Amino acid sequence: MSKTITIDGNEIPFAEGQTIMDAAMAAKIYIPHLCHNPEFKPHGSCKLCTVRANGRAVSACTMPAGEGMVIENKTGELDDERRAIVQMLFVEGNHLCPTCEKSGNCQLQAVAYCLDMMSPHYNHFYPPREVDASHPDVFLDRNRCILCELCVRASRDVDGKNVFGLSGRGIGSRLVVNSASGRLGDSTFAVTDRAAQVCPTGAILIKRQGFSVPIGSRIYDHKPICQVETEGKSGGEHE
Amino acid sequence: MSDVKKVRIATCSLAGCFGCHMSLLDIDERLFDLLEAVEFDRTPLTDIKHCSPCDVGIVEGGVCNAENVHVLKEFRKNCKVLVAMGACAITGGLPAMRNNIDLWDCFQEVYQYEGGLEGGQIPNDRELPLPFDKVHPIYEVVKVDYFLPGCPPSGEAIWKFLTDLLAGREPKLDYEQLHYD
Ligand code: SF4
Ligand code: SF4
Ligand code: FES
Repeated sequence: MSKTITIDGNEIPFAEGQTIMDAAMAAKIYIPHLCHNPEFKPHGSCKLCTVRANGRAVSACTMPAGEGMVIENKTGELDDERRAIVQMLFVEGNHLCPTCEKSGNCQLQAVAYCLDMMSPHYNHFYPPREVDASHPDVFLDRNRCILCELCVRASRDVDGKNVFGLSGRGIGSRLVVNSASGRLGDSTFAVTDRAAQVCPTGAILIKRQGFSVPIGSRIYDHKPICQVETEGKSGGEHE
Repeated sequence: MSDVKKVRIATCSLAGCFGCHMSLLDIDERLFDLLEAVEFDRTPLTDIKHCSPCDVGIVEGGVCNAENVHVLKEFRKNCKVLVAMGACAITGGLPAMRNNIDLWDCFQEVYQYEGGLEGGQIPNDRELPLPFDKVHPIYEVVKVDYFLPGCPPSGEAIWKFLTDLLAGREPKLDYEQLHYD
C-alpha cells in the first residue's frame, strides 16, 4: 500500500525519500518556489515553498514527506507571507521589469503575479550591483540575481565546471565568477552549459535573443505560473 | 443638467513619460461614459495647475526632484483616495535606471559629452527644481491607497480599475491585465 500525505485536503501518494515538493509536483499540485528545480539538489534558501506540515512551517522542497502528514499550502496566510518574501526580493535587487529581456518569461515576476503583488511595498535598496558583459555569448546582470544558486548547482553538478559561487553576506551577497579576473568572459563558461539555461530571472541572459518572443506569446502572458507548471513537462522547466 | 454629484478626479505625471496618461486615453469612446460619472480637477487634460479637494488622485511617475514631492504632497492632501499608476510610480521605473549612476556623471553625459553638445552647459537656473540623487516610487514618500501596475497599464486595465473603484468595489485586475512591463 502506498503512503500518502494530504495537501489542502487532497490525499496524494508519495514514495519513500520524496520531499513534499516532489510529491506535490508528481500530483500536479503547485507549491510556489523559486530556488527549486527538480533537476538539481534542493537548496532551501528562498523559503517561498513554505507550507505548514502538521501545523509547523517547513520548506516543502527540503522536507521529506511523511506518512499521514497534513499539509496546508494554498492559504491566505501563507500566500501573504510568500508575497512579502517576493516583495523583499524585488527591493533587494534592481528589478525594472520594463527594461528586462526576461520579462514575461521570468519566474520571479510570474510568482509575483500569481500572488497578486501590486507593488514591492518595502523601501527600495537600489543596491549597486555589477553587470558583466565580457562573455561573447552570455550576459550576467547581477541587478536581477536572487541568489538562488541554480546556476551554481548546474555548473557544479551538471557541467562539472564550478563557474559560479556566492560571496559576501546580507545585502552585500553577490554572485561571483570563478576566473582570475572575476569576469565571465575569462572563465570556462560556455553558452551550451546547463548553467546558461537555468536562471529563473533575467540575471543570466543569452546574448542576441532579447525580445525575440513578442509580448502576447511569452510563457506567462496568458497563463499564471501555477497553471504552466502543473500542465507543463517537468515542473520548474522554463523556455 | 443632472444633479448627481460627480466623482472628482485629479491626475498628474511626475517623473514619468506621459505614457500612462496616453493609456488612459486609450479607453477610447468609453471616455464619454467616464465623463458621465466623473469630472476632472487638476490634470494635464484640463491644464488646471493646482489641486482642489478631490475624491481620487491618480499619480503617474516616480519622484526624481523637489517639485515632484511638492506636487505629490498636494495630491495626498487633497485626494481621499490616492492611486499610483504605472511602473515609475510603483518602482521608480525607467528613470530609476540612473539610481546607481553618479548624478554629476549623468548630467555631464547628457548635457556635455553626448555628440553635438560641444560647449553645452548643465542647466543651473534657480527656477529648476532640485534633482535627487535617486528616483523613488511615490509610496516611499506618501501613503498610497491603490496600485495600478504596468508600463503602461493597458487601457483595459485602467478601465477595469476605474469602473471597480467607481462602483465601490475593491479594484481587482484580471490575470492578463496585471503586468509590470
Ligand atoms: S528579472 Fe524578472 S522581476 Fe527582475 S526585472 Fe527582469 S522580469 Fe522583472
Ligand atoms: S544568476 Fe540566476 S540562477 Fe544564478 S543565483 Fe542568480 S538568480 Fe539564481
Ligand atoms: S523553493 Fe523551497 S526554499 Fe526555495
